[in-house]
Amino acid sequence: MLLLEEAVSNGPQLFWLVPWVVFIPVIGLLINIIFGIRLPEKVVGTIASLASGLAFVVAVLLAVSLVSNPEGEVVTLAEWIRIGDFQVRWAFQVDTLSVTMMLLVSGVGTLIHIYSIGYMHEDVRHNGDPKRFRRFFVYMNLFIAAMMILVSSDNYLMLFVGWEGVGLCSYLLIGFWFEKGKDGIGNAVAAKKAMVTNRIGDFGVLLALFFMFWGFGSLDFHTVFEKAPEVAEAAPWIIAAITLAMLLGVTGKSAQIPLYVWLPDAMAGPTPVSALIHAATMVTAGVYLIARSAELYIQVPQVQNVVALVGAATALFAATIAVGQFDIKKVLAYSTVSQLGFMVAAVGMGAFVAGMFHLIAHAFFKGLLFLASGSVIQGVERGHHHVEHDEKLKKTLKGHSHDFDPQDMRNMGGLRHTMKLTFWVYLIGALALAGIFPFAGFWSKDEILLDASLHNQPVFIMLLLAAFLTAFYMTRQVLLVFFGKSRSSAAQYAKESPPTMTIPLIILAFLSTVGGALNLPGLHTFGHWVEETIEHQEAPEFALVIAAIASLVALVAILLGWWLYSRRYNQLQELPSGKRPDDPLRQLLGPVFTALINKWWVDELYQLVILRPYAALSRFLAEQVDWRFWHDWFHEKVIANGYIGLAYFLSDKFDLRVIDGAANGLATVTQRFAGSLRRIQTGYVRNYALSVFLGLVLILAYLFFR
Amino acid sequence: MVPVEYYLGLSIVLFSLVALGVLILRNAIIIFMSVELMLNSANLTFVAFANQYQLISGQIFVFFVMAVAAAEVAVGLALIVAIFQTKQSIDVDQINLLKG
Repeated sequence: MLLLEEAVSNGPQLFWLVPWVVFIPVIGLLINIIFGIRLPEKVVGTIASLASGLAFVVAVLLAVSLVSNPEGEVVTLAEWIRIGDFQVRWAFQVDTLSVTMMLLVSGVGTLIHIYSIGYMHEDVRHNGDPKRFRRFFVYMNLFIAAMMILVSSDNYLMLFVGWEGVGLCSYLLIGFWFEKGKDGIGNAVAAKKAMVTNRIGDFGVLLALFFMFWGFGSLDFHTVFEKAPEVAEAAPWIIAAITLAMLLGVTGKSAQIPLYVWLPDAMAGPTPVSALIHAATMVTAGVYLIARSAELYIQVPQVQNVVALVGAATALFAATIAVGQFDIKKVLAYSTVSQLGFMVAAVGMGAFVAGMFHLIAHAFFKGLLFLASGSVIQGVERGHHHVEHDEKLKKTLKGHSHDFDPQDMRNMGGLRHTMKLTFWVYLIGALALAGIFPFAGFWSKDEILLDASLHNQPVFIMLLLAAFLTAFYMTRQVLLVFFGKSRSSAAQYAKESPPTMTIPLIILAFLSTVGGALNLPGLHTFGHWVEETIEHQEAPEFALVIAAIASLVALVAILLGWWLYSRRYNQLQELPSGKRPDDPLRQLLGPVFTALINKWWVDELYQLVILRPYAALSRFLAEQVDWRFWHDWFHEKVIANGYIGLAYFLSDKFDLRVIDGAANGLATVTQRFAGSLRRIQTGYVRNYALSVFLGLVLILAYLFFR
Repeated sequence: MVPVEYYLGLSIVLFSLVALGVLILRNAIIIFMSVELMLNSANLTFVAFANQYQLISGQIFVFFVMAVAAAEVAVGLALIVAIFQTKQSIDVDQINLLKG
């Protein structure tokens, strides 16, 4: 606190604190890894939440320091790579953009950590492995640390470290119950899908990094952005290549067309994970990356256009799918994809402030919605459990089955009576998402729509349609879950969640309500804040027409949803159960609705167009090229036989003939020589005597004639 | 006084004859005797020169040779007896164990 007071009074310089946003979560996870096995659940959860909370405190201190020194600072921790002129450091960029993300990640992260203490307490018991409680919080802290590296780095390589780190945590947490799911491998398959899809995107980021190294000779934000205009003049295609490759990374991480398919499957993870990673923070990393690289994107308007169109198309496409989903989390997942589309479209149009603003607002209300949906799911599970363990009740109730999907909205209904608090916060989240005045989503979405109407008409129309669908599917969801009659005994006996879960919900509901105040028209607090980092901003003034159109669209959608899912749905309930459609839209839209339920068969399309040929190619490579060509032919025939032939030649021809021949020849020659010499040895004494005599004569002759 | 050449001539003739005998005869006893004669022809040369130059060392040498020859006779005759005992012959051509 002393630090804080000093900070406020002196115009402080607390930028040196920035590495701690990474270190604190790491310390937290280390404590939990080493001691967590002996600690009770509450303590493990508290340590993890504290680690995240202290990181938030650090982020707040950084923000306070930024108020007086808005240009920020780069805090270097260590040198990492130095090759000739090229160097990369472990350095932290403190500026308004990174600190905004830090505040968001650690703030929302802390709330979700606290929520998780309550949620995971039940989740680990439902899934029958209470020991995994600690592991969850270790992963969560690891995620916070990785995300902090991502948002606080001052160069693209360190950013990529965080980028991969959050991908890893995402994988680990989607597969948290890896032995569960469809056929016992469903969750593991979902985790693998997320990993592989993200790898494709990461390949794009890597390519961008390579291009950047080629074009700029540096990966530091500062150097790259400074050089951007001159490089754009000399070789604009390099910047186009960088930004397009980066866009591929964004489509992977931020779940845009064509790589969005992993995000809905990622709902296999525990619900707090869906809230933290797959709604509020990690998936927005792509938006952050584009906003961070604003200096590059503004050099290439064509690429910006592509980004905006990708975002808008995703927003519309995912919104249509969300209409046809029955899984409460799947609806939210597609909604997230759609909202990420809004953000990407915004940053693509150069409306970086609007994109970042929507990112924050979305983190509030989508985090809230996911957490509340987790509360709903556990409430229903509690109801299910209640009925399951009451034999008398079980007999009196009809249609109670052991196999029961607590996430299917068709099994819900009427929950507003049993889960009052969850209902109210969910309603707030839904209104914020639908963009109803005065909730946060209204302001942020309105800014994006306003920018779109000024810059790009097709994008504007797509986003408007997406906004219509957003309001519609949220109305559908709220009505299906909370209104009408309970459609299952589990929903009938659902119970409200404990305070550790509801308190974060209330805080997030509050933030979702007032979050719009960050960047009210006319004040542009957030806009000016971010402008310190991203220049080239033009803040369009609030246009009543656009706001009115957006609100009108949302209201129409809500009315339509109410008519369909309240009036019409109740009428349909009267029908005998055999003829009763589970959704009023099934009658109205017919085959289109089937397409929506099946997500436009995109997964099947990918299966057919990419995965099957890819598998066939892999099989061909494995069986034909690798096995038959390399192994059977090349290794067996060419190398092995060649080697055998060479060895045969060496042993048979060279060793036997040449080496042995030489040795034997020497022996033979010696033998023959000795044979001829032995004839001299007659054995007759007289011969020896003669030899001695002749020898003597020779010696004497030599001496005499010398 | 007989000139020294005469002694030397006799010595050469004697030596050549008995050397030839050693080389061509087969009886071990006769070969042995021939060897003794070779020593004696050498002795003759020694004493002839000793007389001519009036040096006593030549005559002393002869005594040594005679002593060695006496010893040699003892060994040589023993060998011949041993050979005769094993081979029942003293024909040197039959003693050819060194034949290669």
